Amino acid sequence: MSVRYLSCGDTAFTVEFGNEISPQINGQVMALHTAIGAAKAAGGLVGVVETVPTMRSLMVSYDPAKATRAELQPQIGDLIARGLSVDAVGRKVRMPCCYDGEEFAPDLAEVAERTKKTPEQVISAHLGSSFKVYVLGFMPGLAYIAGLDPSLYLPRRSQPRVRLPRSTVAIAMDMTTIYPFESPGGWHLIGRTPLWMFDQRREQPVFLAPGDQLTFERIGRAEFDAIARKVESGTLDWAELITR
Amino acid sequence: MSAALKVVRAGLFDTVQDLGRIGYMALGMPTAGAMDRIGLTLANALAGNPPNTAGLEIGVMGPDLLVEADSVRVALAGPLSPSLIESEGLPPKPLETDRSHLLKRGQVLRVGMIEGASTAYLAVSGGFAIAPFMGSLSTYSRAGIGGFEGRKLAPGDVLPLMLENAPAADDRKLGGPFDYGSGPIRVVWGPQDDYFTAAGRQTFVTAEYTVSREADRMGIRFEGPAIEHAKGADIISDGIGPGAVQVPGAGLPIVLLADRQTVGGYSKIATVASVDLPRLGRLLPGRTVRFAAVTVEDAESLRREQEIRLARAIASFQVARPAGGIDLARLYDENLIDGIVYEREAAGQ
Repeated sequence: MSVRYLSCGDTAFTVEFGNEISPQINGQVMALHTAIGAAKAAGGLVGVVETVPTMRSLMVSYDPAKATRAELQPQIGDLIARGLSVDAVGRKVRMPCCYDGEEFAPDLAEVAERTKKTPEQVISAHLGSSFKVYVLGFMPGLAYIAGLDPSLYLPRRSQPRVRLPRSTVAIAMDMTTIYPFESPGGWHLIGRTPLWMFDQRREQPVFLAPGDQLTFERIGRAEFDAIARKVESGTLDWAELITR
Repeated sequence: MSAALKVVRAGLFDTVQDLGRIGYMALGMPTAGAMDRIGLTLANALAGNPPNTAGLEIGVMGPDLLVEADSVRVALAGPLSPSLIESEGLPPKPLETDRSHLLKRGQVLRVGMIEGASTAYLAVSGGFAIAPFMGSLSTYSRAGIGGFEGRKLAPGDVLPLMLENAPAADDRKLGGPFDYGSGPIRVVWGPQDDYFTAAGRQTFVTAEYTVSREADRMGIRFEGPAIEHAKGADIISDGIGPGAVQVPGAGLPIVLLADRQTVGGYSKIATVASVDLPRLGRLLPGRTVRFAAVTVEDAESLRREQEIRLARAIASFQVARPAGGIDLARLYDENLIDGIVYEREAAGQ
């Protein structure tokens, strides 16, 4: 496997697996991310601080007071040469989502019109997509989740919205996302989850992680409200949403 | 009664910062942390704290703080004009920067103005009694996370202290201002230097760039000649390290600092060497800089040399006289008690 090593100053370098987005390339990225984490946990790779996976590359940050690039890069190369287990399966996560009403899904009708579907068919295609979290970024806990049904591909909105509510579920290009905070955004809004992608009160404040496999589950407004109350009061059993 | 510092008057942008929220970039969490790790480290060392203790990062203009503890040792580091210590019924006493000082209950510390830089630091002995969030006390104000309620300080805020009393110790001062370096800002080419033309790369390392008004904890937008792209400004997003020099379509460089996003989709021509990040973290709008390329190996050894110099500066702290008082110890030490200096000492033997 040929990778490129790109310099990010004297505190990081990027291992680039390719210059395209594909499940194979992202699988290798995630496998190296996991392998480095395991090597560090076993006491190896002294000086490596953390790694940042993206669609097609892994940034390895290090402490130049503890290790040099010349020491670390060959060790990373060895990990890759030994073979990365790309079929390491991430967590399976259920994501309840309410697609009902103008408040939660203001763009559903427009998406339906532009993809020549009924709103119900748009919802079915979203529910039927095999989603995987490729990368988190832009804001804490915001996940870029690829695997959207190709029949729903649309470019971003030409006029981004200035303000979207927290937990809005949106689609654009070949991805879906869930906004962790009230924020601006240019994607198409088709639903809302009662879950918070970022909750300061939780020991693990960020819910999703790179590599997670996601399935959306349709809920009605009453169930949305019931789960939302548990999220707000901090009584939701989040573990129930995750299976290995 | 619990020990605290109360914000009587807020500065422009005072936030609680340590050396950063490390280990969560994969979850999209920016590291935040001190813009000038040298300044925070010096302030902490003066206050008797380990380097990663959270202190106050002062932006442009400092706060007024009322001591609500039996005593607290504060230390200031950075290019501040003299601060003032006010006690009821007494004239205010000046307090120089780059030293520590023991404050008593009821005294007010009026932190001075920062001169010729954007940041300075205040550390308190024992640190603040604030629960860490994701392992750090660094404030990331864009998401309202960490530090004191996730935001800059406001009047009336009460910052709880770990210690009710300052540990018994001498006050200390820095021997002389720490040398942050001068000349061009050192950079390492990459990660996407191949997205620029040779002429574009040449522009970046020869032209003069000015810090624009758009400079904050996230990054500094520079003004100057446009840098020519060869393959365009857009890439498939990858990780953003500290000091990454991102060049969007208009060709003007943006250096990304403590509060930067974890990933981004603009090509990055170069990355500022970590030795010069503290200098950038102190730059004011209007200042001009040049950039000069060094190798990764050079950048690493420059950083190690800087760490050694920092450790030496800390090891050679001197005992400081009480603020605004007479320093008897210094008078005895330097044999100035009756105005005579021995020839031998004056000659430095």
